[in-house]
Amino acid sequence: MFTKMTMSEVFAPLKEPLIMGTAIGILVGVIAVVAGLTYFKLWGWLYTNYVKTVDHKKIGVMYIFVALLMLFKGGVEALLMRAQTAVPDNKLLNSEHYNEIFSTHGVLMIIFVAMPFLFGLFNVVIPLQIGARDVAFPRLNALSFWLFAMGAVLINVSFIIGGSPNAGWTSYFPLAGIEFNPGVNNNYYAWSLQISGLGTLMTGINFVTTIVKMRAPGMTWMKVPMFTWSSFIANIIIVFAFPVLTVALVMMTMDRQFGTKFFATEDGGMDMLWANIFWVWGHPEVYIVILPAFGVFSEVISTFARKNLFGYGSMVASMIIISLLSFLVWAHHFYTMGQNVAVNGVFSITTMLIAVPTGVKIFNWLLTMRHGRITFTTPMLYALGFIPIFTIGGVTGVMLAMASADYQYHNTLFLVAHFHYVLIPGTVFGVLAGYHFWWSKIFGFQLKDSIGKVGFWLIAIGFNVTFFPMFILGLDGYARRMYTYSAETGYGTLNMISFIGALVLALGFLALCYNIYYSVRHREELKVTGDPWDGRSLEWATHSPVPEYNFAVIPKISRLDEFWFAKKEGRDLQAGEIKDIHMPNDSAAPFWQSVVMGLASFFFVFNEIGIAIILGIVTLLFMAYRSFEIDNGRHIHVEEIEETERKLKETERQLRGDR
Amino acid sequence: MAQLFPKEHVLGFIGSIILTIAALSVVQFDVSLTAGLVILWVTALAQASLQLVLFMHIGETDDKGSIYVITLYSVVIGLVTVFGSLFAMIWGY
Repeated sequence: MFTKMTMSEVFAPLKEPLIMGTAIGILVGVIAVVAGLTYFKLWGWLYTNYVKTVDHKKIGVMYIFVALLMLFKGGVEALLMRAQTAVPDNKLLNSEHYNEIFSTHGVLMIIFVAMPFLFGLFNVVIPLQIGARDVAFPRLNALSFWLFAMGAVLINVSFIIGGSPNAGWTSYFPLAGIEFNPGVNNNYYAWSLQISGLGTLMTGINFVTTIVKMRAPGMTWMKVPMFTWSSFIANIIIVFAFPVLTVALVMMTMDRQFGTKFFATEDGGMDMLWANIFWVWGHPEVYIVILPAFGVFSEVISTFARKNLFGYGSMVASMIIISLLSFLVWAHHFYTMGQNVAVNGVFSITTMLIAVPTGVKIFNWLLTMRHGRITFTTPMLYALGFIPIFTIGGVTGVMLAMASADYQYHNTLFLVAHFHYVLIPGTVFGVLAGYHFWWSKIFGFQLKDSIGKVGFWLIAIGFNVTFFPMFILGLDGYARRMYTYSAETGYGTLNMISFIGALVLALGFLALCYNIYYSVRHREELKVTGDPWDGRSLEWATHSPVPEYNFAVIPKISRLDEFWFAKKEGRDLQAGEIKDIHMPNDSAAPFWQSVVMGLASFFFVFNEIGIAIILGIVTLLFMAYRSFEIDNGRHIHVEEIEETERKLKETERQLRGDR
Repeated sequence: MAQLFPKEHVLGFIGSIILTIAALSVVQFDVSLTAGLVILWVTALAQASLQLVLFMHIGETDDKGSIYVITLYSVVIGLVTVFGSLFAMIWGY
């Protein structure tokens, strides 16, 4: 039953010059990083400050760092795809390599870019917004991050060792089954999503608990800032949806590696059951990545329009409705599977219903800006760009929702254009807005606004040039995932335009990276106080960079946007007696447990069941150790807090005096 | 001594074992499909409520309102997923 690969098969992907080149590049990069860390003697610093940390802010930074790395990889894949299809009959990539690239592009962008970027923002912002000292389970939080990181490592390793997933990010059976796909490619899919999915599930539980239990005194539900609300709903969806993915992936693994027939085409198996279960998770997943971004836009728009959010109650209500509706629409992903009109009719209606609460939110943002005094900063530009572009995505979504019309659009580039028009202005603009908005909270200096704006315009224009032609191509019948086409089809021109747009998008990404470099170099000039944007919610009430304990004194809340009103009334929210602060201890166990679990998954991928089981037992030992470990945390003493506060206040006074 | 004896837990433990054996009877004895399904549904619901009440202590804390709401929400989503899948994959196919 367990087929093992020979070494030459394992390293077969390296025969491809492009992959060999990448592998050498990665090797050189790793050697450079290792040499750099050794030369500057930074290993100890890295280990104690980041590997062992349970601090939500540092974990958030690591999430965003990994997300940016993966964005680079996913972006390179996108460029390769656009380059391959830019001209007819192109020979840049062969069909197998193209399959692998579009499959990992999808997996990376959803699971390893959108999710961690959002988790990074959750980690950095939510405890600050609700006035908490950390998340509810700091150690679990570290485990979540490292499990996710191991999943990311696994999917990236797949390119070089054994071959990466090649059946699309949806990995439909029977194509993804062992019969048509005997290699390890889709084992990687199952295991890397499995361990990162476990991390995600734990994050969901962690943040639901944090938001339910750890809000500052007086912060009742209708006084919770909108980003925290939207993340709360997203985390609830995570808790309900991710177990479905876990089970589906276990069934996939059983089918591929242990000879079961859940999704087989014979012996009572049902291949379309995979599509069904996948989308039971997959559709709520869409809302998991979009709702927190909506929350970021709500914060950004209300801050830079200098008005309170219009229709707070309707925003909350529409998100709750979206969370329920998100579980009622999944079959619209396979209208053409062969079910009858009644099924398609029901799922058409539920799908169109989702446009209603989303529309409510769009109008709320527009009305928040009405009569506002808008300042055009980088985050605000992303929020403003989001509204019209996302609306195009939403309207084409309603077009796709009509089952009978979907027979025309199904599996064409029209669909590809639609979901990029939703995910990029929605999620990507959202996280980038949040990234520019909250950067100073972590580092104490801001990103250079003018470079940020250049980045925004490159991304916004590049995005439309890349994806708008795809609507037309799709209506002309260009099927998605097609690796090449002949010149007679006439698809060449629009594909070339799309490729040029992709290059502009790449320039936008370079602008983002250059901005980090520039801002770090000029950090003294870009230094700001704790409240650079004249903010409204609690995260701006503390200093930048945020001290380890977040708030010296936990503020008391009496209304929404308490900090804003406190500023108007000249109150200090952190007035009061400073007491000893209880904080969690750092621990390296989550990291090492994740390494062991990552290795176990790696050996499972290659059917090395013996080694995998031993590593699985080691994982259980880690958990047993944790159960018996006595860890009461530690205290930061009053003198230390007063000293830190004095220094931070001194810096803030200087900054205010300077400008 | 009487207060120290965990009566509810022991009763719950015995109850859950009885319910498991009752459910197992469906495969052990030759029952019709309908009868088997009825037995499974009844014992499953009883088992779930028993676990929630006796071991998860639902309804014993101040936030029982939100616990009931979230339980109901879970049940709705579970039912929608199961019956929606049956609808899309079997009945409406």
